[in-house]
Amino acid sequence: MGMGAAGLKEEVVARLILTNQMNFIYGAGFPFHLKVNASMLSFPKQDYDEGTREALPWTRHNRDFYKEDSFNQRTSSLCRNDVVQGNGFDSWYSPDHQYNSKRDEKGIQNLTNKFIKSIPKYVKIVEVGPRDGLQNEKDIVPTAVKVELIHRLVSSGLSVVEATSFVSPNGFLSWCKGSSGFASASESFSKSNVNCSIEESLARYGAVTRAKELSIPVRGYVSCVVGCPVEGAIPPSKVAYVAKELYEMGCFEISLGDTIGVATPGTVVPMLEAVMAVVPVENLAVHFHDTYGQSLPNILVSLQMGISIVDTSISGLGGCPYAKGASGNVATEDVVYMLDGLGVKTNVDLAKLMKAGDFISKQLGRPSGSKTAIALCRVAADGSKI
Amino acid sequence: MLAAKPLRKFARCSTFLTPLDVPIMSHLEDSLAFADFTSAKTNALNQIGAEDWRSQGRSFSFKSGYNEYAREALLWRRQTRNVSLRDIVKNQAVARFGLNDRALGYARDAGYFSSHHYSSNCKDRGRGKFTNKLLTSIPEFVKIVEVGPRDGLQNEKHIIPTNVKVELIKMLASSGLSVVEATSFVSPKWVPQLADAKDVMEAIRNVEGASFPVLVPNLKGFEAAVAAGAKEVAIFASASESFSKLNINCSISDSLIRYRDVILASNELSIPVRGYISCVVGCPVEGNVPPRQVAYVAKELYEMGCSEISLGDTIGVGTPGSVIPMLEAVSDVVPMNMLAVHFHDTYGQALSNILTSLQIGIGTVDSSVSGLGGCPYAIGATGNVATEDVVYMLNGLGVKTNVDLGKLMLAGDFICNHLGRSNASKSALAIAKTKLRASTTSTTTCTSNSKL
Repeated sequence: MGMGAAGLKEEVVARLILTNQMNFIYGAGFPFHLKVNASMLSFPKQDYDEGTREALPWTRHNRDFYKEDSFNQRTSSLCRNDVVQGNGFDSWYSPDHQYNSKRDEKGIQNLTNKFIKSIPKYVKIVEVGPRDGLQNEKDIVPTAVKVELIHRLVSSGLSVVEATSFVSPNGFLSWCKGSSGFASASESFSKSNVNCSIEESLARYGAVTRAKELSIPVRGYVSCVVGCPVEGAIPPSKVAYVAKELYEMGCFEISLGDTIGVATPGTVVPMLEAVMAVVPVENLAVHFHDTYGQSLPNILVSLQMGISIVDTSISGLGGCPYAKGASGNVATEDVVYMLDGLGVKTNVDLAKLMKAGDFISKQLGRPSGSKTAIALCRVAADGSKI
Repeated sequence: MLAAKPLRKFARCSTFLTPLDVPIMSHLEDSLAFADFTSAKTNALNQIGAEDWRSQGRSFSFKSGYNEYAREALLWRRQTRNVSLRDIVKNQAVARFGLNDRALGYARDAGYFSSHHYSSNCKDRGRGKFTNKLLTSIPEFVKIVEVGPRDGLQNEKHIIPTNVKVELIKMLASSGLSVVEATSFVSPKWVPQLADAKDVMEAIRNVEGASFPVLVPNLKGFEAAVAAGAKEVAIFASASESFSKLNINCSISDSLIRYRDVILASNELSIPVRGYISCVVGCPVEGNVPPRQVAYVAKELYEMGCSEISLGDTIGVGTPGSVIPMLEAVSDVVPMNMLAVHFHDTYGQALSNILTSLQIGIGTVDSSVSGLGGCPYAIGATGNVATEDVVYMLNGLGVKTNVDLGKLMLAGDFICNHLGRSNASKSALAIAKTKLRASTTSTTTCTSNSKL
């Protein structure tokens, strides 16, 4: 059953995950990846009723909505010169803002920083914990917990939060405004993951073009951008090809995923160089996995290349699907810590973020996958000993 | 004042692998070597591309700009195919026992053999394979100073028997590490874990292939170390006054006076002295530490005669935003080739801090096998950065370290078993899990649900 003219409440932009069993807007039969844009998500619970959802007319969507200005307006920013005091999390253990607040001091003028200058002033964090994170956790989390998590994430300042499915069992979707498609840079991975070749998956995503006609923004994911569990190393040109195809079809943003976490800055740079030659950098995001502990340096070098959108997962939710027991997504808290230290604006309040992480970790009964979260909690607990 | 000039350690990268050993991932850089394809070549390339695709039983469709990618993909496939063939030949015995070649390839490419990833191409390009300015300033060779047996073990709760420590040190030396900090001559009252310093030094007296510096707190400790056979020593000062008082019970200037005596004595015996500076970014008492303070202490140690100065982010709060100004200030007064970085991974920032330091030109990195050694100030939080993770990153950057990641992992597993703790290195964990998967599955199976 197709979605028909599924509609949109003005104040809600929802991006939701649909499973293979669901029928989608264009009847393509493959999973659309939809995300909740948290800046609009203040839904009163009574408006959200899976059973009685009605089709709402699609409204015109402006791509500008996703520009950073809208995020800035909505949330109070933790700008780089601010140091939040008093809650134990942002004490003097918080990242050193020295560099940024003294950026204009003569003593530090001769920064070799070429390594810092090219880093964007604002970075959008796409929080994938409720989707990519929870889907790779063994325990199934009740809906109420997921919703609470999303609320907490939104209130920390995150402007984009990938949510789980809110779709009712009959496959009918409302509040749907955005969607995503994903492709793989590896032929073998494509076959094993979405059960078709790269070419075929791209052909299916011609539906993306139709989405564009309806002003529905679509985010494209490219997996295995550096290494594939079957093929090994992936040539940058292949990644560029897939990214370009998705971009030309109309994806407003393309997230480049190091699915098995094998990348290092030495492989990330050539890959990004190839992709940036064919897709504008402002339309690119990076999605690194921390399976080999390499995600933060990979993110750093991506920022140095001008990337300004980073996918992360609260508390590092989501293990690696291919190396069971190994870690997967990079923890949002660790990334925010680094970005704060670099003086990059994110609009995310680290303390509130940690509370969200603490919440879900307790619910899952597992320790946080974020070293920053663990350290700050320990420091707060042991501070009196010094 | 010495001008800060990043000095590169150039080393000829020699190919120490036969072509048969070249793993699939080593060809990654070859894609960069593909020259620009002018339109004049397009027709010929299209033909090649079409031919190749047809040979695979697939239809070849042109999309705008695809022919360039087809050319690269073709060359890539040819190389990959060749390597796969060699792998198959090489691993016939393994294949007979049920290991699927793909699964083996997965294990290989997932990084187990990452120590060989780029070295086979070093002869051709070395660091020159990277043209991006973000990577070209990284030194060709990085010395890793392994601090696990000292800094690691002194911060672990369990006390390890002498013979286990000695075995660990030997395993680390045989993995290719050229500097392994063996022990400490600080009073056992403060560091009971290393009370057997003398015995450890005696046991490793004849171990070759690496140098084994030891930590000494003062002249008395130095004399004991020398008597035990130490040929290199290390001293430790602090950039933070409060931390100096907290940690070694004296002010910075008093500690420097103490160390002057040690260095004078060591000069007479031609024993090199390494100077550690703690709290180079943040202090658990004072908070942020100004770069000029770090530079002051570094300059003092350098002028006293230290052969190397290791800058330690003791509580792990640093990020590139604070590390860069600190390194700039210090490298203004101490030559870059005498500086080392010692980052703690307490906030997960160590590797990105190390990357930044390498970009600036630092050529020596301290790390601890399996991430031994928690944070003494945030109990339960991590401390030292894991050597395996550092080596994995350096291998990926094409930096020569002379360290065999496989052997290093064995040393890490060994000590973690004895400590009864899990390995804190994500690389080691991932590689181990990947190997396990390769050895237990005959085909690579993936679910049909899309998981990015």
